[in-house]
Amino acid sequence: MAVIVSVKNLTRVFDVSKPWLNRVLERLPKRKLTAVSDVSFEIEENTVYALVGESGSGKSTIGKMIVGLLPPSEGTVEIEGVNLATETDADTIERVRSDIQMIFQDPYASLNPRWKVGDIIEEPAVANGDDTDGLAEKLLEQVGLSASDVRKFPHEFSGGQRQRICVARALASEPNLIVCDEPTSALDVSVQAQVLNLMSDLKDSFGLTYLFISHDLTVIQHMADRIGVLYLGRLVEEAAPADLFGVPQHPYTQMLLEAAPRMDGFGREVEPPEGEIPDPINPPTGCAFHPRCPLAIDRCSKERPQLEVKSNARVACFRAGERAI
Amino acid sequence: MTEPVLSVRDLVVEIPTRHGLLKPVDGVSYDIARGEILGVVGESGAGKSMTGNAVIGLLDRPARIGEGEIYLNGTRIDNLSLHELRRYRGKQIGMVFQDPLTSLNPLLPIGDQLTETIQEHLGVSNSEAHNRAVAALDEVGIPAAKERIGSYPHEFSGGMRQRVVIALALCAEPSLVIADEPTTALDVSVQAQIIALLKRLCRERGMAVMLVTHDMGVIAETADRVAVMYAGKLAELGPVREVIGAPRHPYTDGLMGSTPLASKGKKRLHQIPGNMPRLGQLPTGCAFHPRCPYTQPKCKEDPGPRLKTCDGRAACWFPLDEPQATKGVA
Amino acid sequence: MSDISEPTRLAKAWDSDFAYKFRTSPVAMVSSAVTLLLVLAAVFAPLIAPLDPFNPASLNLMNGFTPPATPNQFTGDEFLLGTDDQGRDVYSTILYGMRISLFVGFAAVAFAMVLGITLGLVAGYVGGWTETIIMRIADVQLTFPSILVAMLITGVAKGFTPVEYRDSMAIIVLIVAIGLSDWVQFARVVRGSTLVEKNKEYVQAAKLIGRSPFTIMLKHILPNVLSPVLVIATISLALAIIAEATLSFLGVGAPPTQPSLGTLIRIGQGYLYSGEWWILFFPAVTLLALALAVNLLGDWLRDALNPKLR
Repeated sequence: MAVIVSVKNLTRVFDVSKPWLNRVLERLPKRKLTAVSDVSFEIEENTVYALVGESGSGKSTIGKMIVGLLPPSEGTVEIEGVNLATETDADTIERVRSDIQMIFQDPYASLNPRWKVGDIIEEPAVANGDDTDGLAEKLLEQVGLSASDVRKFPHEFSGGQRQRICVARALASEPNLIVCDEPTSALDVSVQAQVLNLMSDLKDSFGLTYLFISHDLTVIQHMADRIGVLYLGRLVEEAAPADLFGVPQHPYTQMLLEAAPRMDGFGREVEPPEGEIPDPINPPTGCAFHPRCPLAIDRCSKERPQLEVKSNARVACFRAGERAI
Repeated sequence: MTEPVLSVRDLVVEIPTRHGLLKPVDGVSYDIARGEILGVVGESGAGKSMTGNAVIGLLDRPARIGEGEIYLNGTRIDNLSLHELRRYRGKQIGMVFQDPLTSLNPLLPIGDQLTETIQEHLGVSNSEAHNRAVAALDEVGIPAAKERIGSYPHEFSGGMRQRVVIALALCAEPSLVIADEPTTALDVSVQAQIIALLKRLCRERGMAVMLVTHDMGVIAETADRVAVMYAGKLAELGPVREVIGAPRHPYTDGLMGSTPLASKGKKRLHQIPGNMPRLGQLPTGCAFHPRCPYTQPKCKEDPGPRLKTCDGRAACWFPLDEPQATKGVA
Repeated sequence: MSDISEPTRLAKAWDSDFAYKFRTSPVAMVSSAVTLLLVLAAVFAPLIAPLDPFNPASLNLMNGFTPPATPNQFTGDEFLLGTDDQGRDVYSTILYGMRISLFVGFAAVAFAMVLGITLGLVAGYVGGWTETIIMRIADVQLTFPSILVAMLITGVAKGFTPVEYRDSMAIIVLIVAIGLSDWVQFARVVRGSTLVEKNKEYVQAAKLIGRSPFTIMLKHILPNVLSPVLVIATISLALAIIAEATLSFLGVGAPPTQPSLGTLIRIGQGYLYSGEWWILFFPAVTLLALALAVNLLGDWLRDALNPKLR
């Protein structure tokens, strides 16, 4: 299968220093936050690649770099073999750009409240200079709304319906890749089911590829063909759902799966994980997870483990595959 | 059976608007016993938070309690004056909200907030209050509680802050704790810590806990009994194993079925058609009937039976006998 | 979902929360009625006014100093609000004066709005040095009292305009002077709202599509930052009318050939102690009513549009 997205050594550093004057007066050094550190992965055409992680894991930052909303500090993003950051041919940029779309988390903030739904949906096509005759109506019906909704304003819709409108807008430029940043986190369970089903259906009928970003393991498990687990900006494990949920290799993945609540876990007594996510401005040396890791050895605090193939997964851990529990 | 800590009878919360009277909570009854965790689940707009706020007396105007009675340890508290209620709040009822940042005063060290609360409700000396504050922080798992008692809320991480809020809620030794989405803003690993903490404290102190959340997994692992709300009414109430394992109300059934957990390995999730109705446009009869796969003519005319505390689990004319979602209902 | 009889736009607007608040607020009703009445009176002054006070042919010096609603002792003519020293009907001069006052007020606010919104949008959206420069200019501007700024501009402009054009230029200078001293608050509010809006996901979506910054500012952000601007504009209108009156009262504003309410008050104050109170009193009351009504309307708008109070 063809690779549609190829991410190599992607790194993003944010400058979170205080303003210049404060720095000079208070003699503070510049402060750098490494949100994403040396992440590489590939997404194959017509699959769902999921990035999962807790807050500060850099999953949204990766999403933004892939769609081009943020430039990478280091490393490259290639979409359909084109690196948008260095490409100079305007036609190629135009073509690749319209192949990428994004769906955001907050269905209330992602639609301009002063625009009619029809105008919102048609905007990507208008920006491309495409024909928009009847486009919004057609797309609205495809996402399960009614064609007469084009004249309504976003506030007349519920959260789930708004997310459908966002999906319709994403489809307007006929993209190949849609980056979905927590698309259902703001929705109720029953509405989440509707939206996830819709996304699966559209994937099949349009041959779409999704990069699915979420903190919700259950949603990831349902949707993904391949999962990347992030911790503090680093990719710690990558595997297919069956392998990842069946035999998690990295101790962090093991911890995450153990801590997640289960529907059949009546009265389950979980030994809660130790500690919290460290400050990304001063991440631990070596493996970022070592202070919380039950398997940590000396080497973990000194040397950063690289992603290596281990059975069906890629794992960044010196003691991959061992289990603490 | 001993007297329940909290007992709510036919509670109605109403909001007068110019389009008529809205009832975000409509005829809800339940009990919580000592040492019991009652989970209240429902989707947004189901009235679950409003129920908790009504119990504490924290309804935002113009919302008000329209009908019903609330008893705390046998004392009726819904008709108390604001002044009397303030004595109950904090002393008898502890509160934990979703966002730990807004529940703490950002300008006061956490120690001051704790000692102030302890002194107000327990009337102990300064040094005694200080000792109790340290003990409370220690109990919720704040490392080096003695040193950190002078820290400000912003110096703590999200999870630690929620622990401080729990310490604050519990320091006056209340008999009831209302936790409104206490872990929604937290990461999975921290959520597990907070849930374990709540369970331990509930068991050790014999408190009654009302846990309001939308997360079925959290409810399944934490609650003893669960109340499912839909459009302001109780849809189902019962022991957590039975309600989640074998739902009897079609809404509960649909809700459980639509979680990705329940449909492992299936290509499509079970989905409930349609949307939650708006409060001003509730359908006649059972509020769920337009979305219910088993609707019969009676459901369209006659509102579902109101759940009394113990008789009958589901507020439905035709409750399910066995899980139906798996049968592939269209 | 599908109502068979879709209510008309007008009916929908009438039923909206905003309209409901308006209908149930006596302050809003009265102040908007007064504003509307005064504005209409000013607009249709030539039709309403019994005399054209600036047509020398219609003036009779014998009618000077006629008290209100009393027949003149020489000519027997009666004037509702009396006449001034030159026999001009005070009622008519007020109607015509209000035209100037309102025109200067509206034009000055429009000028300040265009300038403030543009600079605020650019500062908020572009950020960096552009923002620093624009906002520091605004800060410096704020340290001068706005009347002082207006007087400065008027004074400097007078120095550069030839004498024969002074009267015709005076109104334009006045508009620019008041507008320039007023743009800062528009810029600040728009910048603040822009900073909030530009991080919202709909703006990200537009960026992703490849829309230009200009399109994003104009079509996406601008419509969403306008409601606070509306409130400020209303309150600014009252302030601009008063500023114009102040400048005219001080003699640096509207010339006596085109008197505004402020000019009328200046003319009238000379006769206050000699007993001809009406020359001052009626223009002053009109100015008060106009400024108060617009101000109350602005206050009400702020409360009605504030989402926190909703």
